[in-house]
Amino acid sequence: MSQQSENAQPLKVDVSESSGAMTINLAGRLDAAALPDAWTRTVVPAAKSHPARILLEVKNLDFFDGSGLGLFAELRRIAATSGGTLEFSGLDKDQKRLVDMSLLKDPAAPMLENKKPASLPAFVGLMAWTILKDQYQLIAYVGELSLAFLWALTHPHRLRKREILIIAEKAGVNALPVISLLGLLVGMILAYQMADPLRRYAAESLIPTIVSFALIRELGPLITAIIIAGRSGSAFAAEIGTMKVTEELAALKTLGLEPVRFLAVPRVLAALLVTPLLTLYNLLLGLVGACLVMVSMGYSVTYFVKTVNESIKLHDFLGGIFKSLVFALIIAGVGCLRGQQTKSGPGAVGDSTTRAVVAGIVLTIVADAIIGVIYYYLGI
Amino acid sequence: MSILARNITKKFGSFTALDDVTVEAPSGKLVALLGPSGSGKTTLLRIIAGLEHADAGQVLFEGEDATDRSARHRNVGFVFQHYALFRHMTIFENVAFSLRVRKKPRDEVNARVHELLKLVQLDGLGKRYPAQLSGGQRQRIALARALAAQPKVLLLDEPFGALDAKVRKELRRWLRKLHDEIHVTSLFVTHDQEEALEVSDEIVIFNKGKVEQTGTPDEVYNKPANPFVLGFLGHVNIFHGRITGGQATLADGSQVKNAGGVSDGNIAAYVRPHEIDLTLEAPAEGVGTEATVLWVHRAGATIKVELEVEKTKELLVAELPREKYAELRLERGVKVWAVARDVRIFSSDYQI
Repeated sequence: MSQQSENAQPLKVDVSESSGAMTINLAGRLDAAALPDAWTRTVVPAAKSHPARILLEVKNLDFFDGSGLGLFAELRRIAATSGGTLEFSGLDKDQKRLVDMSLLKDPAAPMLENKKPASLPAFVGLMAWTILKDQYQLIAYVGELSLAFLWALTHPHRLRKREILIIAEKAGVNALPVISLLGLLVGMILAYQMADPLRRYAAESLIPTIVSFALIRELGPLITAIIIAGRSGSAFAAEIGTMKVTEELAALKTLGLEPVRFLAVPRVLAALLVTPLLTLYNLLLGLVGACLVMVSMGYSVTYFVKTVNESIKLHDFLGGIFKSLVFALIIAGVGCLRGQQTKSGPGAVGDSTTRAVVAGIVLTIVADAIIGVIYYYLGI
Repeated sequence: MSILARNITKKFGSFTALDDVTVEAPSGKLVALLGPSGSGKTTLLRIIAGLEHADAGQVLFEGEDATDRSARHRNVGFVFQHYALFRHMTIFENVAFSLRVRKKPRDEVNARVHELLKLVQLDGLGKRYPAQLSGGQRQRIALARALAAQPKVLLLDEPFGALDAKVRKELRRWLRKLHDEIHVTSLFVTHDQEEALEVSDEIVIFNKGKVEQTGTPDEVYNKPANPFVLGFLGHVNIFHGRITGGQATLADGSQVKNAGGVSDGNIAAYVRPHEIDLTLEAPAEGVGTEATVLWVHRAGATIKVELEVEKTKELLVAELPREKYAELRLERGVKVWAVARDVRIFSSDYQI
């Protein structure tokens, strides 16, 4: 290597640009040692100015190796990304053969494709279209699901009760530990956080009232819903999505079954069954948590129970449970929908579980807000 | 029951999967939809099954319009490439599934499932789960499941595509036998020309969303309608040349018969490897071409010889019987004369 570089001319680079065309004259020896210099003087300006045409004059280029080919390929890529071409002048037969063999034949090859970002209006339009289409599918699915439920109401004996119980066990019973832990902790956190500000007004005794209000009307149903979305909404999407990918859904159809009836109805029913129960349980443990904190601050358990009893009305409690039913419907429905919308490919199931969880939680909170307003005006 | 898919067009975005395609399967026949991947054959099958909706066109079963019928009301049996068996159900339950959906009495279900398992030669595996079976066994179960509700039509989407070569061959022979027993009108999609030629009564050849040719295996193989069909059904050697005054002359100067009566202009001549004779002595002037042996593949029923045409440096593949090979004693570097027994000529404006 060192021997050769002694008797070869060092690389000379001449770059001139006029009206969108860049002419690069290379002379001497283009090898790995000469590449950095050549690169900064050709590729860098070309990448900045994006000429429509790059002409490479290589008549006096005595030698080039792989690094030279790399340089040509990069110049060609730059030219292609702005829709231009790279031309050679003065290539001898052998060099041409080598260049033809090494450079990508097709400038439209994916890596050379010019991926222009969409313009702002196009981007906004595309997003709006995606969102609208999603809403349309959601509404259509609500209709489909309603029909399936109507069918289930009129054919209760054809419901797969065993399946419902199995799903209920997975979504409900198996969620008990995490629901307990979170319930307890949220109750304790609420009580602790309130203790300090309320103490300033000498109103520590209000803690049971506020905590129970917050838990029963709002946090209990919401936290339970979020856990259900994370555990079961995603599971529904993954189960149905896998069946979609393996074409089991298509097989169901050809064998005479509607997937919504067969798969979504039992899942939504199971969710409707277990979510209120889990909410109830979550509430209970939340109150236990708050009670523990109160006890640690010197209040008696009796005081706590009595205050909660006095401040919470039946409609507060029923309102919370009703919410949890709405949340269950949303989460299970969205989970099944996202599963059915699964596209093909290795990452598809993962995508739909993510979409199921995100949409489940977002829609749950939106619904919560709407219900909150309605409750306010109804005086519940 | 006959199937007729008439003037079907289907687009996915800007990609046209099917362009005004009409395919007919006569009652009781086994019809293959053959074509390279992406040619639209699976899409057509799914449209016939009701799993996809065509943008335009009609699907008729026995002359009755089923275009707006949902998949579950079409009563078709569908076999998927990757089996699509229900993983959480036993083999028995998989096969019994469509009967249970139809609320058949228990005894009837049992009897029918056993009958079907016997038919696919897997009786006794009813208690297993799909994961415990081999690919070939799973596909047979998938077929039994598709047949359980006595469909009028059986659709198979590359049924043997995921199996190894030996099992494929066994299964396709078995499928043919099964079809002869039950005589359900069947459409099956494949990209394997050998499979289509061996199994089917009729072949529909697809390319880029269009039908290139329809006919019996014999017709499409021996009378290909165009170079695409010719090239798709097995290896073929291509020679370029010209026709002047009705006489075909190839680039190497040899002359061939212009059997099809192609008009003057540039042509491509197609010769299958087994239609080439190799000789050591020079034949008559203007017949055949001189070539050098590059490689000899000795494995197989016939000997495959790769040659380089002297004048044009083009690659040529010839297939000869073992006896002939022994007689010629071909080796690398030997010069021989290649004479085509049968040449098909198409105008070169019509490219593959």
